[in-house]
Amino acid sequence: MTSFIGRILKKPPSSALQAKERLHLVLVHDRTDLSSEDLKKLKDRLIQAISDFVEIDADETEIQIQVEGREQTLIANIPLRSPRRRRK
Amino acid sequence: MNGKVVAIISGKGGVGKTTTAANLGIALATLGQKVVCIDTDIGLRNLDVVLGLENRIVYDLVDVVEGRCRLTQAMVRDRRYENLHLIPAAQTRDKSAVSASDMVRLCEELRSMADWIVIDSPAGIERGFRNAIAPADQVLVITNPEVSSLRDADRIIGLVEAEEKGPAQLIINRINPEMVKRGDMLSISDVIELLAIPLIGIVPEDETVLISTNSGQPVVLNEKSKAGLAFLNIGKRLLGEEVPWVSLNVKAGLLSRLGQLFSGET
Ligand SMILES: Nc1ncnc2c1ncn2[C@@H]1O[C@H](COP(=O)(O)OP(=O)(O)OP(=O)(O)O)[C@@H](O)[C@H]1O
Ligand SMILES: [Mg+2]
Repeated sequence: MTSFIGRILKKPPSSALQAKERLHLVLVHDRTDLSSEDLKKLKDRLIQAISDFVEIDADETEIQIQVEGREQTLIANIPLRSPRRRRK
Repeated sequence: MNGKVVAIISGKGGVGKTTTAANLGIALATLGQKVVCIDTDIGLRNLDVVLGLENRIVYDLVDVVEGRCRLTQAMVRDRRYENLHLIPAAQTRDKSAVSASDMVRLCEELRSMADWIVIDSPAGIERGFRNAIAPADQVLVITNPEVSSLRDADRIIGLVEAEEKGPAQLIINRINPEMVKRGDMLSISDVIELLAIPLIGIVPEDETVLISTNSGQPVVLNEKSKAGLAFLNIGKRLLGEEVPWVSLNVKAGLLSRLGQLFSGET
């Protein structure tokens, strides 16, 4: 309800929410020792390596760190090009 | 007796370790436990003044470690509670005067004399911190609901895990319900979600903490203080009692407020 009104009035996110979102990113970086720059490089190399074996959709490839509790998991979403698309 | 060793740590300085160590020590003593508090903040000792025992110090932790006195000689007895003792830190030395194995040996000896050994530690992630957690069976991490202390807490929680002393338990200190309600302070559930360790205490921002520290009578002795009650509840939880979180807000009609404190929703 409040957030609905908030949206109508275009209320900026509360400072607590900003703190939470910023901390979320900072903690992931601190825990994994991976910067977003590192992550980008990792993605490029991953695309390269996988492309040696199978044709993938590089533009749609996503890589992110998923946090669950204190565990971080590297999640890669790599769509493979379908054989049909490959033919044309 | 087979006493348990609890280390109180934070990473960032000034978040309430010494206040917690003093109040938890007294809380456990009032609950009938034999307690020894150790100040390991060598060079910056404070647990003595917060406990109001500064005038009774003869020997200190480094005197014990270096063999200038027996362990029992360095244990300052609290006149209010004869089952509470303090081993003060040395003031004119530095952290290198004590090693992790010194702490382990010392605590081995203390385990046979007390039910609880409460260790106050210095800020930082260096030697002082390592000395404090080396003998610990349980580690309590103090944080304030604020970005830098939370980030440092996360870092130190990772180090505790790496030392296989985890999972640490969390105390959120200096929470201000009004600010949480306004959306200007991280809520309890925000903090728990970010740090992802079990919660053992929520202590509100409360001016009675400073007032009682002024007179060397820790706030847990003040039955009307919310912070005092929060510290007493931490003691009870350490003893395995299930204390409802609701009892934090003693005034009637604040139930909904407590809900907000947890969720941060307005
Ligand atoms: N819940 C609280 N409400 C109000 N003031 C508080 C609360 N907890 C702690 N304080 C105050 O915050 C200050 C710092 O507390 P304390 O000395 O316990 O922190 P510390 O973590 O031991 O610091 P250091 O890292 O320097 O050893 C003190 O003045 C204390 O009275
Ligand atoms: Mg201190």
